[in-house]
Amino acid sequence: MLDTLKQPKRGVVSPVSREQYVDAFNWMLLARTVEEKLASLWRAGKISGGVYLGKGQEAISAALGIMLKSGDIFGPLIRDQAGRLAFGESLIDVFRVHFGSRTSLSRGRDGNVHRGNPRGGYHAMISHLGSLISVVAGALVARRFQGDTTAIGATTIGDGGTSTGAFHEAINMAAVEKLPLVVVVVNNQYAYSTPNSRQFACSDLVERATGYGVEGHSLDGTDLQECLEVLGQATQRARSGHGPQMVVGDCLRLTGHGEHDDASYMDKTLSQTRLGRDCLKIAENYLQERHWADHVLLEDWRKNAKEQVENAVADAQHEPLADPAMETWCPYATKRIASAVLVR
Amino acid sequence: MTITYLEAIREAQEKALRDDERVYIYGQDIGTLGGAFKATKNLAKEFPGRVLDAPISEDAMVGSAIGAAIEGMRPIIEMQFADFSMVAINQIVNQAATLYWRTQVACPITIRLPSGGNPGSGPFHSQCLESLYSHFPGLVVMTPATVEDAYTMLLEAVEIDDPVIFCEHKYLYNRLKCEVLPETGLPCDTARIARFGRDVTIVAYSAMVHEALAAADQLHKEDIEVEVVDLRCVKPFDLKTVLSSVARTARLLCVGESWPWGGVNSEVIASVVTHGFHLLDAPPQRINSKDTPVPFHPSLWGVHKPSSQVIAAAVRRLCDW
Repeated sequence: MLDTLKQPKRGVVSPVSREQYVDAFNWMLLARTVEEKLASLWRAGKISGGVYLGKGQEAISAALGIMLKSGDIFGPLIRDQAGRLAFGESLIDVFRVHFGSRTSLSRGRDGNVHRGNPRGGYHAMISHLGSLISVVAGALVARRFQGDTTAIGATTIGDGGTSTGAFHEAINMAAVEKLPLVVVVVNNQYAYSTPNSRQFACSDLVERATGYGVEGHSLDGTDLQECLEVLGQATQRARSGHGPQMVVGDCLRLTGHGEHDDASYMDKTLSQTRLGRDCLKIAENYLQERHWADHVLLEDWRKNAKEQVENAVADAQHEPLADPAMETWCPYATKRIASAVLVR
Repeated sequence: MTITYLEAIREAQEKALRDDERVYIYGQDIGTLGGAFKATKNLAKEFPGRVLDAPISEDAMVGSAIGAAIEGMRPIIEMQFADFSMVAINQIVNQAATLYWRTQVACPITIRLPSGGNPGSGPFHSQCLESLYSHFPGLVVMTPATVEDAYTMLLEAVEIDDPVIFCEHKYLYNRLKCEVLPETGLPCDTARIARFGRDVTIVAYSAMVHEALAAADQLHKEDIEVEVVDLRCVKPFDLKTVLSSVARTARLLCVGESWPWGGVNSEVIASVVTHGFHLLDAPPQRINSKDTPVPFHPSLWGVHKPSSQVIAAAVRRLCDW
């Protein structure tokens, strides 16, 4: 009985169209291209601080991003380049923030993955894992007060982030409030260097959904088709009043924690399993098998992605960087408070 | 009709809910029960759906308030006790306090902290955390000492575009009364001279203002005239008023109920020494609670926090210096 209630039947899933698959694929491709460029800029010493990539997780992220509509709320995490772009992040902002451009919303005050446009429903993560889930939930509380019955919120977290108290508090609260929130747990097998076996003791993280009284879904994160189906269904369930949805996607992080990390601690045999498949390659093969794209078209898309990225980098590199002399050095939004502080 | 400090907090919330549809209140046991101290008594009934019981999840309470504020709401979070806000400290200092700096989006949330002790409250229901929260950039920390300020400053806290830590003192809840609530008050960044005097300046806030005033009454009988400055808001604080007072008295004693290390007292003294060293005839002094957890037994607790007797003794030493 419980299974019937908590595990929505696959039968209601609408088939993934070519248009949708191609759309998601192109966001994956663009994200991969962006991240290859970021890695190369980092190696060349052009980016201060860290660079954190989502290689191997693009299918989940892109699928989530395209399921969100204008007016929805998105709280991405560090490996969500594809979802960010699909949700509407402009390419130049990616590089602005990495370079520390003065024209970016964060003005060089925060960098790399800590970017967003919160008033546009696109939240800027802090480094403390799990803490964004309740923020996205709160945005949905506001929407409910404001009479918005159509918007949903979505946020992602890794396998490591599920161990935080913030994760637990936020999902429980969202369940109590029956919020239209989709929490996507991307289990990429490692939290920095810590494997699943040192992170949690349940056999599958999706089991937790039942405990929270929310609907749970599982997906193979290397398979874009499945990502689109399951995330399509989860977002639809949230949108149609079925409360929070927990989606657990399995994949393998095909890169270090950040570019500074050679990931030498990873179990090499994992890459030979289904988990270790590169979702971008799988998607390319699928496109060709279905005759949705051939070599020529794929090459066109790659070229187009590369051009877009090179143009965005060139434009961002021409912009002025953060400058201490131009900084307000004031963290207050209230004018009266700001002037009281600055008078010192 | 008299109104207590606690009732003033309730009245301010009622007015905020009535006047501004963006306001809602979220906290544990604040709905049907009306709060552990009854600061939201009947508000859930008067404003259906806007005074909401929260699960025991301080982190998620504050996180959700931040999300709601981003979307244009003005949430008030009631912590059941100031002490429990420590569970939410990450959301408060890392998420809320940094939001405007990081994204240029304001975070207008008010977090009410029932602060300070009552006899028998013990280590985890008595803390004064204003010094801790003042350490973090981006927070406004209010510490009202009067019924009038509890009312007008809470309304101001809701209006302010930044996250406000509103330290309301439990010892004052039912001990302070006024006749009529004012319509307006001083802006929070302005200190108030609670008593004029020529010999020594005492800078205090919250419940310690009343200990300082009691000490001043005693000292008056000894021909020592103490000036008491009520900071009202400790971050930012009104250095100008403090310096003006020290310019008149040349002697400074700071009194606060939080712990001594890196606190409001230290900051006030450091600022006065930096900007007004030439004004001082004696080394500035401070009195905090003792540097231990807050004790349970009333006889220990009464000595742990600054009292009017200890304050009076410190003033006498300052005058003799």
